[in-house]
Amino acid sequence: MTDAKQLSLEDNFQAKVDAEIKIEPKDWMPEKYRKTLIRQISQHAHSEIVGMLPEGNWITRAPSLRRKLGLLAKVQDEAGHGLYLYSACETLGIERDTLLDQLHTGKAKYSSIFNYPTTTWADIGAIGWLVDGAAIMNQVPICRCSYGPYARAMVRVCKEESFHQRQGFEILLTLSKGTDEQRAMLQDAVNRWWWPSVMMFGPSDKDSPNTAQSMKWKIKRFTNDDLRQKFVDVCVGQAEILGVTLPDPDLKYNEETGHWDFGTINWDEFWQVVKGNGPCNRQRLNARKKAHEEGAWVREAAMAYAEKQEQCEVASVAKVA
Amino acid sequence: MNNTNHLNYILRLADSPMILGQRLSEWCGHGPILEQDIALTNIALDFIGQARNLYQYAAKFEAKGRTEDDFAFLRDPLKYKNVLLVEQPNGNWGQTIMRQFLYDSFNFYFYNELKNSTDTQISAIAEKSLKEIKYHLRYSSEWTARLGDGTEESHMKMQNALDELWMYTGELCTPDALDEEAAKAGIGVDLNKIHPYVEEKVDAILRRATLQKPESNWMQKGGKQGQHSEHLGFILAEMQFMQRAYPGAEW
Amino acid sequence: MSKKNWPLWEVFIRSKQGLNHKHVGSLHATNAEMAIENARDVYTRRKEGVSIWVVESVHISASNPDASDELFEPATDKVYRHPTFYDLPDEVKHM
Repeated sequence: MTDAKQLSLEDNFQAKVDAEIKIEPKDWMPEKYRKTLIRQISQHAHSEIVGMLPEGNWITRAPSLRRKLGLLAKVQDEAGHGLYLYSACETLGIERDTLLDQLHTGKAKYSSIFNYPTTTWADIGAIGWLVDGAAIMNQVPICRCSYGPYARAMVRVCKEESFHQRQGFEILLTLSKGTDEQRAMLQDAVNRWWWPSVMMFGPSDKDSPNTAQSMKWKIKRFTNDDLRQKFVDVCVGQAEILGVTLPDPDLKYNEETGHWDFGTINWDEFWQVVKGNGPCNRQRLNARKKAHEEGAWVREAAMAYAEKQEQCEVASVAKVA
Repeated sequence: MNNTNHLNYILRLADSPMILGQRLSEWCGHGPILEQDIALTNIALDFIGQARNLYQYAAKFEAKGRTEDDFAFLRDPLKYKNVLLVEQPNGNWGQTIMRQFLYDSFNFYFYNELKNSTDTQISAIAEKSLKEIKYHLRYSSEWTARLGDGTEESHMKMQNALDELWMYTGELCTPDALDEEAAKAGIGVDLNKIHPYVEEKVDAILRRATLQKPESNWMQKGGKQGQHSEHLGFILAEMQFMQRAYPGAEW
Repeated sequence: MSKKNWPLWEVFIRSKQGLNHKHVGSLHATNAEMAIENARDVYTRRKEGVSIWVVESVHISASNPDASDELFEPATDKVYRHPTFYDLPDEVKHM
């Protein structure tokens, strides 16, 4: 392809994006757009399925039948969301198995938040309220992402996700009205999950070199810092309803900006967890690898059986003919 | 049938799906492929939902202020009357499928009769559950055939699973005094009546799966009388932890 | 042992009687029967459907987006195919 032709294709592509026309799988797209999407969508899918693990911890210990059903359905939804997202990613010409390999070998990342442990039942509530809350904040704009299959998957995800946050908040609200022990459990969980949730929006804009390009391609609609601020603003009021203190002494309403100022994020911790040094990185990845490896014989057998069946059908048709 | 026995029969109906649902829920997040992780969790949700309906009815029937959660979370192994089969460990995916298939084969014909119960609450719950159970049987039958007749490795794993679990199938269709009384009163199911159907179904699928029924006919029993394997204690220790550690708290 | 992945299937759901089947996404399955069951478990958990179609993704033929101009542009100026192209007096209320 000549440079001129390439350039006009790119202009054409950008014009479509600017005009809010969705890009579909077979449309021409810059290679870097495709790669960026694969990275982001698969990272998102991996986060969903790794995210099943910390909450999955508490399915067998959920304190009532109602909670057990709610939590089980929620964790199952995450499997579904992972599946929708892997499907969206596959439209870009990469197989789910390849993506899983990237996860298992550590080549692909997933949201660091899931490398923190769930040590009490209150953590299940805190994850619903804060982690899902942050996730929704991130995801709603992606429903308008320029890539059609990703946007459509996100519409489905967001629709289902809305019960997750409510479930989490309800769990915490019940704790807040409970015994001293339960309230202590609630505060402890919020203490541990607050900062990792604030970090979920990713590095600050000035340290996020890909943001500008992603915004131009409308893969991303808001910057990390904008979304983070929105999240903090929303949470302050909700924390009040729960009667918990957010663990940030610098949290203060700023009359001028109309936003809540917050303290300095511990980016050192953030990068350490990204690099694999969080409390549960190894545990999470090993659990995923184990499930995949121990499932290999099942997947193979099911495939072998289907092939046998097909041969039988062909043979019986041949006989009739 | 007196009220105590009637209540015990309802609880017996509830305990097996409770424990099986609990067992299946252990798989969530660890399945062999996403699609099946989701499928098995659907079945777990069905069973826990069924148990919940039955515990709610038991609470209403007893009318002594106990709740569904009291029944699920505050009874010890001796009081649990689930069949031994459902408390067996998940093992590998094949073992879980085999346990499921053996239970579903029984459960389908059982519920097919239970929907005719003269206890209208039980019959309503049974009717609703039967639709789910029908799907379970279809699912586990297909997977038993698939894995039994899949690869050499999967065949071996399924045969092992069948050999291990077979001795827990005896009590499913063997009535004890309470079963007989409930059947006679029209409340429960005549197990002798469904036995041949269950057997026929199991045989047919095992044939498709190219699996051999174990020769030994020695059967374990006791689950329905509260005499359990060691596994149930651990299941309940985990399941009941919160309610036991924080008595009386609301969640 | 040969490593062979389960093929990809496209899923179409009829959300209620009287409506078209609509593409909702894809999933992996070993054959059509399993694809339908998986679709039931994955895509109809919230009563989203009353009927499911599946088709193996490799069997879908799609129009080439590069040919969009010649395929679809010619239809844009055929306004005479639409009812609003024809003028009727106001007295004719419903037609």
